[in-house]
Amino acid sequence: MPKSFIRLEGLGEPRSRRRFLANVTFGLSGLIGAALGVPLIGYIFGPLIKPSPNAWVAVGSLSDFPLGQTKLTKLPDPSSLPWAGQTADTAVWVRRTGQQTFDVFSVNCTHLGCPVNWLADANLFECPCHGGIYYANGQVAAGPPPRALFQHDVRVVGDQVQVLTSPLPTAGL
Amino acid sequence: MATRPVSGRSPKSLWLRVGGWFEARSHIYEGLLPIVQHPVPKTGKVGWWYVFGSATLTAFIIQVITGVALAMTYSAAPSVAYDTLQFITSGAPFGHLLRGMHYFGASAMVVLITIHVLRIFLMGSYKFPREFNWLTGAFLLVLTAAIAFTGQLLRWDQDGYWSVVVMAEQAGKTPLIGQAIAQLVVAGSTVGGATLTRFFGIHVFLLPALIGGFVLVHLWLVVFDGISEPPQPGVTVDPSTYKQRYHELLEREGVPFFPDAAWRDAAFAAVVVGVIMLLAAVVGAPELGKPADPTLVNANPRPDWYFLWYFAVLSLIPPVLEDWVILSVPVLLGVLVIMVPFVSNRGERHPSRRPLAVFLVGGMLISLAVLTIEGYQAHWSPDIQAAQNAPIPDQVLQRAQAAGARPGAQVFENKGCHTCHAVAGTGGQKGPDLTTVGSRLNREELIIRVLNGGNNMPAFAGNMSDQELQQLVAFLETLKR
Repeated sequence: MPKSFIRLEGLGEPRSRRRFLANVTFGLSGLIGAALGVPLIGYIFGPLIKPSPNAWVAVGSLSDFPLGQTKLTKLPDPSSLPWAGQTADTAVWVRRTGQQTFDVFSVNCTHLGCPVNWLADANLFECPCHGGIYYANGQVAAGPPPRALFQHDVRVVGDQVQVLTSPLPTAGL
Repeated sequence: MATRPVSGRSPKSLWLRVGGWFEARSHIYEGLLPIVQHPVPKTGKVGWWYVFGSATLTAFIIQVITGVALAMTYSAAPSVAYDTLQFITSGAPFGHLLRGMHYFGASAMVVLITIHVLRIFLMGSYKFPREFNWLTGAFLLVLTAAIAFTGQLLRWDQDGYWSVVVMAEQAGKTPLIGQAIAQLVVAGSTVGGATLTRFFGIHVFLLPALIGGFVLVHLWLVVFDGISEPPQPGVTVDPSTYKQRYHELLEREGVPFFPDAAWRDAAFAAVVVGVIMLLAAVVGAPELGKPADPTLVNANPRPDWYFLWYFAVLSLIPPVLEDWVILSVPVLLGVLVIMVPFVSNRGERHPSRRPLAVFLVGGMLISLAVLTIEGYQAHWSPDIQAAQNAPIPDQVLQRAQAAGARPGAQVFENKGCHTCHAVAGTGGQKGPDLTTVGSRLNREELIIRVLNGGNNMPAFAGNMSDQELQQLVAFLETLKR
């Protein structure tokens, strides 16, 4: 490495040619950085710029859901990518509460998102991670969950039960 | 540094001539020699405490090398990721060894960087003028945790999948923008095709590049300010005199880093590589869990062992405080760590004169150990499969049979009691052990507990017929010493 630098005469003076060239160098470098950075940052933030829309998805016909029972049901993600494989589906707990009425719970525990299991005889949902427990109607029975299970919108069209997809639910402050 | 004189006459000098020609055009010696031979204080046996930084770097290099090999087969599409890993593990030549090395290399990196940080802290090596070395090191610690976490996900088994969800949920607790951050973490509205590819990009390109960059700065500073001399009680750091004293120390008894100190780094690095390869060959990479499938709720997600302590924290903090702890404690810890070299950049360095430092490290290690054990046992998690995995022992059932209370044992299983309450060493640990509950509570008390729940137990009133309740209580009464 060279030991000494050439003295940069005039760099400190406001209107010198050297000062100008230095500013040009910094300015162009900054522009190059910004030009290269914008697409990358934009790509990273893409999911926010173009959020995937929610959609009504059929999960079965009325006869698939006996009255009073809670059933694990696949919910295909309408915006899934061709290589999503198994993760193109999520799951919901569908509970038929009346002839035309349903409670559809997200499988994600409201504590930190682990999948809750339905214990049919005990009428309880139990979470395997941190021990959250919910009653059949989704209300918290025990453990750390801050709120009842998240619910999906549901409607019956003819004989078909349809569930509105939603983003991964979060329980914020 | 001048190049070596080259003699043209001796026949032995061919190598020297080639070397001289090469050096005259590459300046490798000229540039590197002052760096690798920079003077360092004589450390003696204490020098063995100075090997953990280079050992961490060794582990990182192992990760890069094995990672390059794994990336040649691994594919980050959720539809095939798991299959490519299976192929690496059982089909590809050397695949099993490479995956094992990558796994144990990750553990080694986490362990070694932790020891390195604690050594620096205990010996006060972060004090003037090495504050920036502490800061770059702190970033490297965070990056190491991040690369370990993102790597665990790439296995794309049930543990990996649910780890992403748990991470997104934690980020989702941020006020106002939580949902947006969660969607950034999973790269979409749900965990799917875009999630794994994003974590792959972060794990194999972004984080290694950042780590490499910070390592360069970290080492650059070491070359300029030197490694800290072994601490001695009573010898204090004073920013106004330290540099001169350090300089005089080097003049008096400095030795060149290479080879006087470097041999220890090489020796320990050899041990690190040896142990990692041995473990990889003998123990092997961890078994892959079931492939990630969001529709299989029968999962039991656990993080890798070095994050079990945090898993325990998330379970043990009181729910009211939880959101605040998740959001503010990492920030607070970060601020504290950044403040360390600014709050105490002078004074004693020897641990015997810094009881608070020793106390803090001791407390931290004990907490980590206790939390890791807690996380491993996870007694707060119900044993959802208790009925299949660990049925009530026969002798308990026989005693119930003799008392005419056999049906109550079935209610105990059906109603999920066993998933949280242990009986004779079987079942969950979430609630109190009921092996001898019949000796503690009478009939009325048992009925009240079952119907009302409370103390973190669901209420079973309305969830159980009167007959079932009578049967259950009759069974519980037989559980005596």
